[in-house]
Amino acid sequence: MTRYIIKRVGYMLLTLFIIITITFFLMHSIPGDPLAHMAKNLPEQIKENYYKKYGLDQPVMVQYVKFLKNLITEGDLGQSLRYPGRSVTDTILEHSKVSGRLGAQAIIIGITIGIILGVVAALFRNKWPDYLIMFIAILGVTVPIFIIASILQYSFSVKFKILPTTGWGKVKHTILPTIALSFGSIATYARYMRSNVLEVINQDYILTAQAKGVSPFNIVIKHILRNAILPVITIIGPEIAGIFTGSFVIERIFGIPGLGSYYITSINDRDYTMIIGTTVFYAALFVVAQLITDILYGIVDPRIRVSEKDE
Amino acid sequence: METISKEKFRRIQIDYKESEKIARPQIGYWQDVWRRLKSNKVAILSLIILVIIVFMTIIGPYLSGYDFKEIDSAKINQRPSKENWFGTDELGRDIFARVWKAGRVSMVIGITGALISAVVGTMYGGFSAYFGGRVDTIMMRIVEILISVPYLLVVILISIITDSRSLGTMMISLTLTGWCGTARMVRGQMLQLKSQEYILAAEALGVKPLKIIMKHLIPNVLNVLIVSISFDIPGYIFSETFLSYIGLGIQPPNTSWGALASAAQRNFIFYPYQLFFPALMIALTMLTFTLLGDGLRDALDPRLRE
Repeated sequence: MTRYIIKRVGYMLLTLFIIITITFFLMHSIPGDPLAHMAKNLPEQIKENYYKKYGLDQPVMVQYVKFLKNLITEGDLGQSLRYPGRSVTDTILEHSKVSGRLGAQAIIIGITIGIILGVVAALFRNKWPDYLIMFIAILGVTVPIFIIASILQYSFSVKFKILPTTGWGKVKHTILPTIALSFGSIATYARYMRSNVLEVINQDYILTAQAKGVSPFNIVIKHILRNAILPVITIIGPEIAGIFTGSFVIERIFGIPGLGSYYITSINDRDYTMIIGTTVFYAALFVVAQLITDILYGIVDPRIRVSEKDE
Repeated sequence: METISKEKFRRIQIDYKESEKIARPQIGYWQDVWRRLKSNKVAILSLIILVIIVFMTIIGPYLSGYDFKEIDSAKINQRPSKENWFGTDELGRDIFARVWKAGRVSMVIGITGALISAVVGTMYGGFSAYFGGRVDTIMMRIVEILISVPYLLVVILISIITDSRSLGTMMISLTLTGWCGTARMVRGQMLQLKSQEYILAAEALGVKPLKIIMKHLIPNVLNVLIVSISFDIPGYIFSETFLSYIGLGIQPPNTSWGALASAAQRNFIFYPYQLFFPALMIALTMLTFTLLGDGLRDALDPRLRE
């Protein structure tokens, strides 16, 4: 197991390094002047000072080494090009608190409701609860998230005026964004769980449990759920990526000051240092989440470890 | 009691020639697939809806009599009516013409995207499986790293760099890592095929490698490829929708379903119908491609047959 974890961590670090390097060089290969928006009308001398301040007068390789050094030793990602004096790292940390809360809520709700719906659908196979749940699941997969968010906003905020349209700070502000953000996860988990449960239900040990006289409730909880829930862990990784990208859209629609909406703003501003920093941050989060998923899966399913050894 | 006369019985001999005769007409693989698909009502309904949508994206823009970029300040934000079947948008443009024009762009993105990732993925996965050993390990590690970066993050980054104003650069950003899944799948399938007995038999009989590839490997990868293409097309349409929403997608005057929907989303509270039609088209296309993909998978995979 230790060997497995070390190997995984090694791959993660390599992946991260490659992502950072590629992001950095790609962003620096964009033709044009990154400071064009503010340095256009400035005298030559001040322009030069600006370039010096951001280290843009040096060759790209030197900038890269400096960037890596600052990132590793101090966790420093530089300064925003758009808003001088604003540290990228601080901005990310500040905004990611908001996004983190929203994301965590969405993941927890997505997994719980998705699993429950999936089990219910499987237990009522080919009856109306099954059809209803699968219809919701299909909507969640086929309708873009911003349309779902708009419909939620329209019905709960504009028509019935139960919840606020936009804003952040109170619990009621998080309800609609969380639902919208978790909709995709609910759909994916419900579909996945349904097929898992259907597979488990036909196993002999379920028949044995029934023959022993275990109550139906206990069969579901102890025998079906435990066995069907295992593979669900594997799709947590992609779901987290979905939550990230979903948050870009959701935070904008609901006016939430999170990292996602800030990322889109910096893209539209062409704030290069901010884009590099945020991309690296997102990639790191995602890669770490994937690592945890892999290790978790290795712990709960011994077969994975065995097949890794064979390689 | 009546007796049955002996003349009513006749002795028939077993005709050994008859036993070798094939009773039913022989059916080829693709005929069989088509027969199976035909019996799947959901898949056929999806196929019909898809054909209609594709057909409408070809002729639809010319049906309403309005040009998709014709601005008419006299009728801004009108509800669906006899004149403008789907209503008009904030610049007075006919939404019916726009929806189908946008659909053309979205379909082109979806289909070319899926085809590019199918071709690149097959070549990459095929090479990897064919050479095996260290080459395989390195090639698959690269794919693993590429896959571990969130897909849309890559798309966003490349869109910023290429400054995606045209369809071509957008295709690059969408497909740059989009082929990885296909490559993995093709490699897995190829490896499995390589160790099959009939490949060994073909080799032992002295069939040339090229013929083995053409006759055995490619047709057997084709079925998983078709399924993955039918799942990839809606995937690309979806990604383009997302890109359009964050302002990196198709630029005006050209438009796509994603661009239409994201423009309409801003006015949703006042003019819900503007969002309704593009959203319906996106959802319908996604749904029908997915259902068709499910049907194709069942029809194409011989192992799923009873």
